[in-house]
Amino acid sequence: MRQLLEDLFLEAFRSPALAERHDGAVVPLGAERLAFTTDSYVVTPRFFPGGDIGKLAVYGTVNDLAMTGAKPLYLSAGFILEEGLSLDELRRVVASMREAARECGVEIVTGDTKVVDRGKADGLFINTSGVGRVSEGVSVHPRRVRPGDAVLVSGDVGRHGIAVLSVREGLAFETPVASDCASLAPLVAALLEAGVEVHCLRDTTRGGLATALNEIALDAGVGLEVDEPAVPVDESVAGACELLGLDPLYVACEGRMVVFVPEPQAERAREVLCRHPLGAVAARIGRVTEGPRGMVSLRTRLGGQRLLDLLSGEQLPRIC
Amino acid sequence: MRYVDEYRGADEARRYARALHSLVTRPWTLMEVCGGQTHAIVRFGIDQLLPPALTLLHGPGCPVCVTPVELLDKALAIASRPGVVFCSFGDMLRVPGSGRDLLSVKAAGGDVRIVYSPMDALALAERLPEREVVFFAVGFETTAPACAMAAHEARRRGLRNFSLLVAHVLVPPAMEAILAAPHRRVDAFLAAGHVCTIMGMEAYEPLAHAYRVPIVATGFEPLDLLQGIHMCVAQLESGRAEVENQYARAVRPAGNESARAMLREVFEVVPRTWRGIGPIPASGLGLRAAFADWDAERKFDVVSVGGREDAACRSGLVLQGQLKPPECPAFGTRCTPDTPLGATMVSSEGACAAYYRYRRFQVPCPTTSP
Repeated sequence: MRQLLEDLFLEAFRSPALAERHDGAVVPLGAERLAFTTDSYVVTPRFFPGGDIGKLAVYGTVNDLAMTGAKPLYLSAGFILEEGLSLDELRRVVASMREAARECGVEIVTGDTKVVDRGKADGLFINTSGVGRVSEGVSVHPRRVRPGDAVLVSGDVGRHGIAVLSVREGLAFETPVASDCASLAPLVAALLEAGVEVHCLRDTTRGGLATALNEIALDAGVGLEVDEPAVPVDESVAGACELLGLDPLYVACEGRMVVFVPEPQAERAREVLCRHPLGAVAARIGRVTEGPRGMVSLRTRLGGQRLLDLLSGEQLPRIC
Repeated sequence: MRYVDEYRGADEARRYARALHSLVTRPWTLMEVCGGQTHAIVRFGIDQLLPPALTLLHGPGCPVCVTPVELLDKALAIASRPGVVFCSFGDMLRVPGSGRDLLSVKAAGGDVRIVYSPMDALALAERLPEREVVFFAVGFETTAPACAMAAHEARRRGLRNFSLLVAHVLVPPAMEAILAAPHRRVDAFLAAGHVCTIMGMEAYEPLAHAYRVPIVATGFEPLDLLQGIHMCVAQLESGRAEVENQYARAVRPAGNESARAMLREVFEVVPRTWRGIGPIPASGLGLRAAFADWDAERKFDVVSVGGREDAACRSGLVLQGQLKPPECPAFGTRCTPDTPLGATMVSSEGACAAYYRYRRFQVPCPTTSP
């Protein structure tokens, strides 16, 4: 995916804002700065414990805006419906989007609908784009990450991926795991309002925490050191991962982010996050180093050290 | 996490490491047979805790890695047929056959599905009576009983649209092949704990005797591995060569009787070619004649096209502990998880994959003071 981005899209669309490779672009608009982002949502199943495709489509785009330090304001919604999708299901998805938008304090102000023949799509695809305003003095992007910065994570990791997998694969766990999908905008606002000098934010979606950390290390040209025992993982997620042979550090979240702040502000940032219910178990998990550049090393619970690599393709459940 | 965290304690691990440092008087080479153990060792950094005189070699215990190309090519051919639902464990999907893998068959429109158990594939066959459901039965003695159960149930329920493409392999014959090799480097074995859970310990007695080698059935958590290593070294240092059981919380000496009975009913021991290693007599399982109707090789009558292996791939040497992955000239250059030359680079239990994933650019090791 990264290679496709570099070889095709970045090359074809050449733009300084795009080249930042952040979750959203920040562009000047008169005297103000506008954050702008887009994302398409495809998930099987469309309903899962703790959420559905509609919620994801709102939260996901709101979160991408929040990761630029912006206050999310307006969204668009595009729907591609496969012929045969039940109207009742579509109503539920739309109601869920309305509810999520209300909660995030954003308005869905424009949209589009297309219907395609049966077999030409997988039920329902949603695209949302969003804009937000970046306040003066706020500058959040990978280039600001400095050696010595502290790395925090806003909550326990891996819930969303396990929630979706448990429905998709029909796995029944003793304690059902609900998706963590949520808006991160209030957490970001709390950090900025408290005067924390946030250098960079990244939501830990596809590929989980490990992928987000690797992307930042590559884009910022720094090394990262992460303490494995410091990363919060819920007992039930850890159990499910153990059973399925998955590493929770690579399992997707939809309501978690990593936060890079200067070391002296790390404890303050953690306290601010912990005061919010969504950040109750926020933790400091590591630090930024000079190098090796573009690499994330993990201090294991036994005190050994190893690479926390970018995965090639998806994590596949293993044999035994 | 109960029953897991207890076996990952950092303080206890350091205690074992200290005990090993004071126990070792000379160089010893141990082989962990199972790829799951290899990954745990590299992932947790257990080798970094050991005295320098101890060398860990990684063994052939990655079923995905040793599945012969010929059989993989048959799998690809069957999976490409219209009407077939081809079910497999996840980590078989990226393993290269002669030029392509199951994922590319899926991308080209083949119905290839990941399942967690052969019984899931059986249920699929029941739900889709108009389709032919084939399960790729890969694995050691650990996964074989569930496959045997699937065949047994398919026959009992008269499910004619279900079949198994069998690639099962057995651990003790592979260990013997390594011991009998001319330039043997292995002084002791950590035997695979889960294999012993099914099969028990008796098959290892003759090996320990004939080759004067300690064999310790060992689990998969860091403390299991450290204790297993300690038991091996204690034997070596005192000149013993016995079969011992570190994984006593799971392994009974006679194994799992009902699983073994199921294996006997459905499978017979057959010769098997191991990818990268070659033919090993009596080292695999095949379906008995009574189950011929559920044998995908017979049902689909696919002929092997004489699998092509990339000439630059040294995975055979890696699988026999004669080469560490980073010593291979292709490692990390021509051969990566995106462009694998051999199965050891893509299987979740492959040694090359472990080194690529966790040690690609050797991160500076903290100096351990035991």
